[in-house]
Amino acid sequence: MADVQPLSHGSAEGLQHQFDSMEQQKEAASLGMWVFLVTEILFFGGLFLAYTVYRWQNALAFARVSRHMDIALGTTNTAVLICSSLTMAMAVHSAAVGRRKLLIGFLVLTMILGGAFLGIKAVEYTDHIEHHLFPGAGFHYPDPRDARPAEQFFSLYFAMTGLHALHMVIGLGLLTTLLVMARRGRFTPEYHTPVEICGLYWHFVDIVWIFLFPLLYLIGRHLK
Amino acid sequence: MSEHVVPVRSYVAVFVVLLIMTGTTTAVSFLDLGPWNTVVALAIAFFKATLVVLIFMHVKYSPRLTTTVIVGGLFWLAILIALTLGDFATRTSLPRLKGLHRSAQAEAPAGSARPA
Repeated sequence: MADVQPLSHGSAEGLQHQFDSMEQQKEAASLGMWVFLVTEILFFGGLFLAYTVYRWQNALAFARVSRHMDIALGTTNTAVLICSSLTMAMAVHSAAVGRRKLLIGFLVLTMILGGAFLGIKAVEYTDHIEHHLFPGAGFHYPDPRDARPAEQFFSLYFAMTGLHALHMVIGLGLLTTLLVMARRGRFTPEYHTPVEICGLYWHFVDIVWIFLFPLLYLIGRHLK
Repeated sequence: MSEHVVPVRSYVAVFVVLLIMTGTTTAVSFLDLGPWNTVVALAIAFFKATLVVLIFMHVKYSPRLTTTVIVGGLFWLAILIALTLGDFATRTSLPRLKGLHRSAQAEAPAGSARPA
């Protein structure tokens, strides 16, 4: 597939000179995004490491404190993100088969689901803050024996889900850009690389939550 | 991903399995399996992540180099956690030297106190 499309409006829809084929160009873009996602593993990995150490040092206390998380909202949010991954994959598929209206529809759906996730997170954060569970001067945990591990837990909770939420917001920004480009008819079955690589980013953020959810919400449910 | 277009039914199948596994992990968390609770939860999470990576992210249809890069990143994370836990797990406190406290109070250390 060595189609060289004429450059128009200064857009980069054609084959760039350093690549032998459109396929090679697309693979290079995909690999570039994957290398970036590996740096994201580095980024989140540091926080997962801190969680591992502090939970290992206070396993039972962490489990007790985790019961303050709302399991219904957490499970719902997990399902919301899984739905958004489906709609994102469908958006990529739509671009690959040249269905512009479907592409736009699925991008919008993905954004709505991402927004729903952030809305539910906002509800959870508000609830925690009202119960004095935000770390800092105003922190107050009902059981004084677990006060220190509780503050560690909530520090990790807000840091990890906060960083994740920031990535969601960035993702929504990327999707907005894709939406504008899609409406302008910039994507074809031969060229829809931006949709694919933003899809990689979105799925990665979903995977981070797939791990955050059990580690933060589910560790103490079996306790009486 | 080159010319290969993943069929919609693959996406829907993965989606259904992901939802089922989410329900499963939540339900299982209420059972008391002792230390296995964590193992099961992480195993389910890894399984879900693998499905997302292979099908939603097209790695199954991507060049080997992509897989190598991903495995490299995960390997790095495993080293980070393993070696750090190894450090914490083998920490002991330093032995308290008996004469040390006394010599700190009296400015002229007696011959019996060992320097720190």
